[in-house]
Amino acid sequence: MICREVTEFLMDYETRSLAPAVHQEFELHLSRCSNCRTFIVQYQETVKAGQRACAEQDADAITEIPDDLIRAIMHAIRAARQT
Amino acid sequence: MAERAPLDSAADERELARGLRDGSAEGFERLVRTYGGRLLAVTRRILRDEEDARDAVQDAFISAFRARKQFQADARVSTWLHRIAVNAALMKLRSRRRKTEVPMDDLQPAFRDDGHHADRFVSWAEPADVALGRQETADFVREAIAELPDSYRLVLLMRDIEGRNTEETATELGITPNAVKIRLHRARLALRRLIAPRMQEIAS
Repeated sequence: MICREVTEFLMDYETRSLAPAVHQEFELHLSRCSNCRTFIVQYQETVKAGQRACAEQDADAITEIPDDLIRAIMHAIRAARQT
Repeated sequence: MAERAPLDSAADERELARGLRDGSAEGFERLVRTYGGRLLAVTRRILRDEEDARDAVQDAFISAFRARKQFQADARVSTWLHRIAVNAALMKLRSRRRKTEVPMDDLQPAFRDDGHHADRFVSWAEPADVALGRQETADFVREAIAELPDSYRLVLLMRDIEGRNTEETATELGITPNAVKIRLHRARLALRRLIAPRMQEIAS
């Protein structure tokens, strides 16, 4: 297996969806290629970075719905009821 | 500040579903108070504009009201509303002028002819959890996500950020599960490329 294939199969490797023989080849490549090992750690860190960045945004923002928006929605619903 | 309604017990869910189907003003308002904040977070992430996000939530509740009789008794109100809100946000997204999108191919890893990586990767200075403790890094990562073309960004948001599974994401976006998998992988690879310089320089 070469680096290009490792990159291609990475997501399936992480979800353990590769055929056993391919999984084994994948791990064999990793054991020999420090560049791919670093790359995979960065890939995993990227997923975490996105999750953390967006979780902080949600925590910062008001996750409750503002009262004026509730009023606007209910006004629109009443109008929709009459049409 | 809006009142936060109690949520998530099976009895609450049934009560909310009843309010939805009845279409009573009280029942519907409870629904808006209970799920409105979460839906606003969803439309904000997709649209990245407060006014558009609010409009999309309002459109979603009006659509839900009009379609309330189609709500299946055995479905989850939260899932049903989420789908409607995503649709409302997507409609709004499509109505906007298209932004210039970065070519995804340019953000994928480069390989030499022999299949080896063209780049030599250097470990990032700190794990993402530590680095993201800094506000400016979190802002940078969100900006990088925003740079992704919408068709990739939406898949990344739903799968990695909201934790929806492949099938749910496929249904909500109207694409195949296989397309979800391919786009998610390419989106992660592109995001890695976009944030790598920043993650490497953090400690220096």
